[in-house]
Amino acid sequence: MHIPDGFLSILVAILFWAVSILVVAYALKRIRLELDEGKVPLMGVIAAAIFAGQMLNFSVLGGTSGHLLGAALATLLLGPWTAVIVMTSVVSVQAVIFQDGGILALGANIFNMAIVGVFVSYTIFSLLSKMFQQRRNGLLISAFAAAWGSIFIAALSCALQLALSATSPANIAIPAMAGIHALIGIGEGLITVGALLFVTAARKDLLQLRGSGQVSHKGILISGLGISLALAVLSPLASRYPDGLEWVAEQHGFLSLARDSFYQIVPDYSLPGIPNPALASILAGVLGVIIVFSVALSIGKARNAAPAQEIDKKSL
Amino acid sequence: MKEPYQAAASPLHSLDARVKLIFSLCMLVLISLTPFQAWASYILFLAVALSLALTSRLGMAFVLKRSLLALPFALAALPLIFSGSENRILLHIAQFQIPINLQGLERFIGILLKSWISLQIVILLVATSPFSQIQRAFRFLKAPELLVSVIGLMWRYLFVISDEAMRMIHARDSRSSRLPGAKHSGGSLLWRARVTGGMAGSLFLRSIERSERVYAAMLARGYNGNLPPQKEQAMTMRDLALLWLGIGFLVLIWLLGLWSLG
Repeated sequence: MHIPDGFLSILVAILFWAVSILVVAYALKRIRLELDEGKVPLMGVIAAAIFAGQMLNFSVLGGTSGHLLGAALATLLLGPWTAVIVMTSVVSVQAVIFQDGGILALGANIFNMAIVGVFVSYTIFSLLSKMFQQRRNGLLISAFAAAWGSIFIAALSCALQLALSATSPANIAIPAMAGIHALIGIGEGLITVGALLFVTAARKDLLQLRGSGQVSHKGILISGLGISLALAVLSPLASRYPDGLEWVAEQHGFLSLARDSFYQIVPDYSLPGIPNPALASILAGVLGVIIVFSVALSIGKARNAAPAQEIDKKSL
Repeated sequence: MKEPYQAAASPLHSLDARVKLIFSLCMLVLISLTPFQAWASYILFLAVALSLALTSRLGMAFVLKRSLLALPFALAALPLIFSGSENRILLHIAQFQIPINLQGLERFIGILLKSWISLQIVILLVATSPFSQIQRAFRFLKAPELLVSVIGLMWRYLFVISDEAMRMIHARDSRSSRLPGAKHSGGSLLWRARVTGGMAGSLFLRSIERSERVYAAMLARGYNGNLPPQKEQAMTMRDLALLWLGIGFLVLIWLLGLWSLG
């Protein structure tokens, strides 16, 4: 679900950067207001644990395996605002240091995994656990639903971003992402429930969300509900339009306006002998890449012949 | 888990991380702003990335190998080739006729190139700058201090905790032997999921308790909610000049791409 750079149009990237910055800034403010100095090491170490926890997996069928993403677990154990910061840290380090997800696309990735993931799991969990009151099975069912929902809705959001960028046709991206992540969400749900069983057995005092009697975050509840409903309604609607979300551009004219004024797309360069301009420019591009490669490779060969002085490569 | 930083003696390694970060961000934005038909720009951006890889003494093979990482995501853009109704040609392969949308194909290649070149730039940034330098550079760019501190602490414990997770995985594997021919070890799917969940829960508890010890140790050393401020040196004239030159060059490449479209 980590979108790399290049897959989002600059408009979509900037839009989601803006939303993510606002929400994360608000979360930081909330945490600063709590005046709890112990929060910084707690968030740092838990972010490391979520990152490492994503290595834990179990075999499902053949070569596939289920593994943890952690937004729901973090929400249940730390409360929503802390979880937003923890997940933001995880997603940012994955993007910047390990190139799992792009940097321009980081705003969208934070939105999907840190904001949507946390808000949706908070909403589902608090609504369901209120319904089930204090029953133990209710806790587990709510946790499962919260984890599954966080993955599923985040995947819908990711698919819509790709469709909005005209990178992936909505009628293919949305059903594909939804289908795959409906399955991945089951793994997430099962692991989250397992983790919760362990935590309730070992240290029940750590559970932040126990339904009633806790500080409730109405804002998150409402926005979580809003996000879930909007995505659940928008997605099937969007996937009815086969030409991606180009229809949005046509109907409202804002995307095409932005694009056309920026680049006058005049396809009038051609390679001799090839009548189709698009084909010609593709061929020209491929040719260019080959040339660059062979030049660069030969330079590289020449350089390798002269031994580069390297300091001992330390690896951790 | 391995740290991506690769120590070496090269001009790129000794360059101020702030210069590298700002240059990389500019390049990412410009690549993203390049229209899909401006192949000239792509080629030159690729040339910039590859020559930086050479300057870093890490070699192109190193960067190219790592940059294959994002390839699976290309699947998301693949349908572009076959969808849409204008500008179609029919490709004849054996007895199949495959309709290809040339504009879609162009977009697909453009997206792939954008993503590939961007990835190379980020790989070079983190391979030539240690984490502490990158953290400093983000502070310099006025990233929120609280977030930077949390990420700094996260990095400090990431390797400790991922070792812990690895030890848990080893422990599980060594306790659940597998019969030859069996598809998996352990019990049913639910059982396996629950065991993994228990491991995750245990990892969380250990980490929460570790963070309490870390906090106590920090308090004992005078922590009062803020990390001690570090003196920030201003960028040297040489660094600034280099940065502006580099950005100017990138903008030229971008303009060339626009111009080539007419």
